[in-house]
Amino acid sequence: MMDRKKRSRLMQQFIFVGPTSLFFFVIVLIPFFLGLYYSFTSWNGISQHTSWAGLRNYLHIFTKDPSFLNSFWFTAKFTLFGLVLTNLLGFALAYVLTRKLFTRNVLRTVFFVPHVIGGLLLGFIWQFIFVRGFASLGAATGWSFFNLPWLGTESTAFWAVVIVFVWQNAGYLMVIYISAINNVPKGLLEASKVDGAGRLQTLRHVMIPLVMPAVTVCLFLSISWSFKVFDLNLALTKGGPFKATESVALNIYNEAYTISRFGMGSAKAIIFFIIVAVISMLQVRATKKREVEL
Amino acid sequence: METTAKKWNMPMLLVELVCILLAIVFLVPFYFLLVNSIKSYGDILSDSAALPAALQWSNYREAWNATNFPHAFVNSLVVTVVSNLLLAFLCSMCAYKMVRNNILYNRVLYVALVAAMVIPFQAIMIPLVQVVSGLGFMDSTAGLILAYLGFGAPMTVFLFHGFVKSVPIDLEEASKVDGTSPYGTFFRIVLPLMQPIIVTVIILNTLWIWNDYLMPSLILQDPALRTIPIAVYTFFGQYTKQWDLALPGLVLGITPVVIFFLAMQKYIIEGIAQGSVKG
Repeated sequence: MMDRKKRSRLMQQFIFVGPTSLFFFVIVLIPFFLGLYYSFTSWNGISQHTSWAGLRNYLHIFTKDPSFLNSFWFTAKFTLFGLVLTNLLGFALAYVLTRKLFTRNVLRTVFFVPHVIGGLLLGFIWQFIFVRGFASLGAATGWSFFNLPWLGTESTAFWAVVIVFVWQNAGYLMVIYISAINNVPKGLLEASKVDGAGRLQTLRHVMIPLVMPAVTVCLFLSISWSFKVFDLNLALTKGGPFKATESVALNIYNEAYTISRFGMGSAKAIIFFIIVAVISMLQVRATKKREVEL
Repeated sequence: METTAKKWNMPMLLVELVCILLAIVFLVPFYFLLVNSIKSYGDILSDSAALPAALQWSNYREAWNATNFPHAFVNSLVVTVVSNLLLAFLCSMCAYKMVRNNILYNRVLYVALVAAMVIPFQAIMIPLVQVVSGLGFMDSTAGLILAYLGFGAPMTVFLFHGFVKSVPIDLEEASKVDGTSPYGTFFRIVLPLMQPIIVTVIILNTLWIWNDYLMPSLILQDPALRTIPIAVYTFFGQYTKQWDLALPGLVLGITPVVIFFLAMQKYIIEGIAQGSVKG
């Protein structure tokens, strides 16, 4: 009797958890550990036998591979500006669009819609805007802003990627901030007004502390998106000009599939993973501290 | 209603005006895309901001044929729908058991899944291709779906896990007393309760899988299997700077997902707000 019950329990565990475990192991865990192994070899993706390289790949990346360090520098800078600007714009939009505006539902839709289009197609669309659209706007308005060679120089190409990133993602963060702001008890805002606090003071001392959980989520999302940015650069600039907008993800991709150094690519991927993991942990820990419970 | 009088005050009207202006700026790229997609090449070069002098619909016919659009659309649809259904089905079962059966294996699995959420795709892509090809699944829709099941599992299980924890256990115990099997309890009692989170999960996974370029580009080679991002990428590569063909191709590419969004907007917005609470 006892035995049958135990068997049935085991069977249930197997049926419910088994399939997902299997897919997760095969697609994520095994490749992850294989990648860890390859990172210590000089495998080129084709040959049958691979030679052990020890820490040579890692040493090479840090000492003799300026392109990886460049891509890392680009990604760090991009993440910083990307996350600050998308969050500022997203929060500002949410703050305004939770007020009683006539067109607020239409406006919410408009600001969100770029996000549903993937980075690849957006990158292509904006390539046209920067190359031809801006030229026409420049001719019509005479503003020098539009006549810059946007995708042609290293500094303007950086901002081009940032602009498209903000355009794509601010609306998504806006949706999260809107739901957080709507959850702030009206009574607290009223009370703060009665106590004589101005609009800015209420925002700073009442609203922002109460939406901190949403800030945690939005920072997490925007860091993760901007740090892993790939499709957007691939389509908009292909990492150029002169690799100025090559993100770490794109650099790893090129290492593996353009020059076929899978061992080196794997080592870069492991470094990338460690950095993403550490940053995510630090950020969640830092913002969680600032959350207040009601 | 006490704010009706306030609605008309000057500052609010100004705020509204600024917002509308910003919305127009947000829409400008779509204007350029649509207007130029029906111009002749010469018209695009001479002034891309102007309305078209003559409508050149043949651009669309050529882009439609060159991308083999109906084919790519069906491929994207199959991959997205099948991956979504399987992810929602298998991961809801998995998360449910993980919450209700608190054994060591399930606790370790949960930690592994949460940790895996921060793994960037590039960190596993090289060996992933090797594993998929070792299993004989390269260059097949099934292989692509398999890859999405594995890579989508961490976030999907995580969202379901958070939800199941808030489902009261009493109902299940009552159903057990009534003699329902554990499977019946899950499918008839628990699964219907999970409907809101299932909607959220499906929306988040759809936005990601539908637009994904890298995974299919690594797994698929056969042109007949191409999804929309791959078809557009290939097409765009062939017709670089041939804007009169590239732009209608892009319009075709974004149309399905924009229609999906406009039709499902209410659920999508709610789903995202929901999903973020769990994060």
